[in-house]
Amino acid sequence: MSAPAADSARISDAPARRQPVGLVFCCTILGAAAQVLMKSGANHMANPGLLGMIANLPLMAGYSLYGISTLLLVIALKDGELSLLYPVIALTYVWVTVLSFLIFRDHINPFKLTGIVLIVTGVAVLGKGGRR
Amino acid sequence: MTTPVSHMLLVLLAAFIGSFGGVFLKAGSAELRKGWMYLVIAKEPPFFNWRLAAGVAMFLLSSYFFVLGIRPPGELSVLYPMVALGYIFTLLWSRIFFKEPFTRGKVLGLFLIVVGVFFVGLGSK
Repeated sequence: MSAPAADSARISDAPARRQPVGLVFCCTILGAAAQVLMKSGANHMANPGLLGMIANLPLMAGYSLYGISTLLLVIALKDGELSLLYPVIALTYVWVTVLSFLIFRDHINPFKLTGIVLIVTGVAVLGKGGRR
Repeated sequence: MTTPVSHMLLVLLAAFIGSFGGVFLKAGSAELRKGWMYLVIAKEPPFFNWRLAAGVAMFLLSSYFFVLGIRPPGELSVLYPMVALGYIFTLLWSRIFFKEPFTRGKVLGLFLIVVGVFFVGLGSK
C-alpha cells in the first residue's frame, strides 16, 4: 500500500522481453487443460442444472484454470504487445489436439498435423522476429 | 458445405467481440504498473478496474456466441478459420489503439497461424 513510487518503478522497468511470450505460453497450456477438464466434466454431467454444474468437480476445475489463465494473460499484456501476444493463444489448438489424442483417443489426421506444425512455426516466428 | 450463414455470422461475431476483449484487457493491464491491487480497484470513479472487467465480460460473451455457432450443423472446418480472423482484427486494433507497429515477423507469424488454424479445422469433424 505504501511507498508506491519505488514499487511501480521496479515493476514497470522489468525488461525481460521474452517473459510475456513465456507467460502466454503457460496460458495456452492452462487453457487447453481447462478445455479438457470441461469436456470430461460435460461427459459425466449428472444433472444439467446450475447445481449439477457446481457439483461437477472437473467442470469447476476447468473454469478455475480459465480464470488463472486470464490472469496470466493480463500480467503478460502489461509488458508485452497485444498484436504479438494475442495470436500466441492459438497454441491452445495444439495442446487440445495433443491432449484429446492422449486422453479421449481422438484421431490425429494429416490435416491436423499440418495445422499444428504451421501454428507452432507461426508462434516461433512471432516470438523471435516479431519485435522488429 | 452445409454450415448455415447464421452460424458463420455467430462465429464471426464471437471473433470480433473476442478481439475487443483483448484490447480491453491490454488497456486494463496498464493499471497494474501502479501495483497488484489495481487488478481490481481504481483511483478514479467507478473505483474498480472496469477495463479488465469489460475484457473478461467480452471473452465470456465471445465464447457464448462461439458455442452457439459451432453447434450442429456448423462445421469446424468452415468455422475455425473465422476464429482466426479474430487475430487479424487484433493486429488492426493494436495499431489503432496502442500504436503497435506492423512488422514483417508479426505478419508472417500471423499468416502461418491463420493457415494452421484453417488446417486444424479441416481435420476436425
